[in-house]
Amino acid sequence: MSEREKPAPAAHDRGGWATEEPVDQGEHQWADWEYRTQALARVLRSKGIVVTDEMRRGIESIPAPEYEALSYFERWSASFETLLVEKGVLTPAEIDEKMKEVEERWG
Amino acid sequence: MSEHQHDHGAGEESQGHPGGTPDIQLSYRAKRSLAMQELLVEKGIIAPDDIQRSVESARARSPSDGARVVARAWVDPAFKQRLLDNALTAIAELGYDFVADTGLVALENTDELHHVVVCTLCSCYPGALLGPPPDWYKSLAYRSRVVIEPRAVLREFGLELESDIGVRVIDSTAEIRYLVLPGRPAGTEGMAEEQLAELVTRNSMIGVGLPLSPELVTT
Amino acid sequence: MSPDSSDSAIFGPGDRVRVSERYPASHHRTPWYIKGKTGRVDVVYDAYMNPESRAYGQAGLPRVTVYRVEFDQADLWESYRGPANDRICADVFEHWLEPA
Repeated sequence: MSEREKPAPAAHDRGGWATEEPVDQGEHQWADWEYRTQALARVLRSKGIVVTDEMRRGIESIPAPEYEALSYFERWSASFETLLVEKGVLTPAEIDEKMKEVEERWG
Repeated sequence: MSEHQHDHGAGEESQGHPGGTPDIQLSYRAKRSLAMQELLVEKGIIAPDDIQRSVESARARSPSDGARVVARAWVDPAFKQRLLDNALTAIAELGYDFVADTGLVALENTDELHHVVVCTLCSCYPGALLGPPPDWYKSLAYRSRVVIEPRAVLREFGLELESDIGVRVIDSTAEIRYLVLPGRPAGTEGMAEEQLAELVTRNSMIGVGLPLSPELVTT
Repeated sequence: MSPDSSDSAIFGPGDRVRVSERYPASHHRTPWYIKGKTGRVDVVYDAYMNPESRAYGQAGLPRVTVYRVEFDQADLWESYRGPANDRICADVFEHWLEPA
């Protein structure tokens, strides 16, 4: 099969994509929510609620345009929501309800 | 890229502030993450201090852990051989453990072969020895380019390798994590292990850099 | 990670292997750029839980042997301009490999 016939890779499957974008070596200081989101992954894993492969699958299920647009930990947030809802741990309705409180606090 | 520093008193830390940039303006997805965390606590699925404890244990890990391993390998040839043969048991000698069901392999850079590590599919990284991965390691540009034009990427990091040194890109696509064991710099013969560890940069253990020269480190 | 720890491994170090050319939309850990390409087994690792079932709430059993497979850069990219001794290694689950 020639390169031409290969189906296009999924958005996360990045190796060899044509880009000349330089590697930005700057590092941002993590925001608190980023630390908390990374920690949430560890806590959910340690309690056996999710495994790493599920987290990766949750990230890979983000539609390509959104995958490109979201920051690293925003993708994790999307994956957690997919998995926690799928497993019946949380419902979309209760997350929406809690969002209202968070919105009020953070604007 | 902000180089913003914050001073936090110990009291604030103990009340559960993760120690990053305070959340001021949050994106939809960031708020969604916090909402889920609060719900999980309210429902008793996670404990109120689980997140904070996990943040603290993650923050305890830094590239200085990996640097200690490398410096030991430089001064102790028997340890270096054990590290290359079985990295998990070798780092355990220094008190480091690793995530269950994850492997660890150390790859030695030599005069003929230079290793550089990437995870093209996500962001796999030996965090237990190096702390959290830098932003660029997780970036789409690095993940795309280092496998197809490694020498150009290394050049951007200031590393120009002669063509007689083979570049071996390591794509960590399964549950094995990789630590690059850089070569010991010239002119360090008399240095103690602790001083040597200061020469070992994070980037040299990923393979996009070399250890510092000894004259750059005050003794 | 002792190199000889996977007793049931069907490939050994130095074997020429071809990466299966399958493109499932479901979760798998074989990167696109090595699919259909030929390399050689560098290291035989342990058997690890299968991510393709584990990603969907199953146990990931039976475990599958993982291999570090080494490719010449020139075999992966037609346009590769670097020296002939430039290589790539990827870790590949056994069911993605065929004898070459």
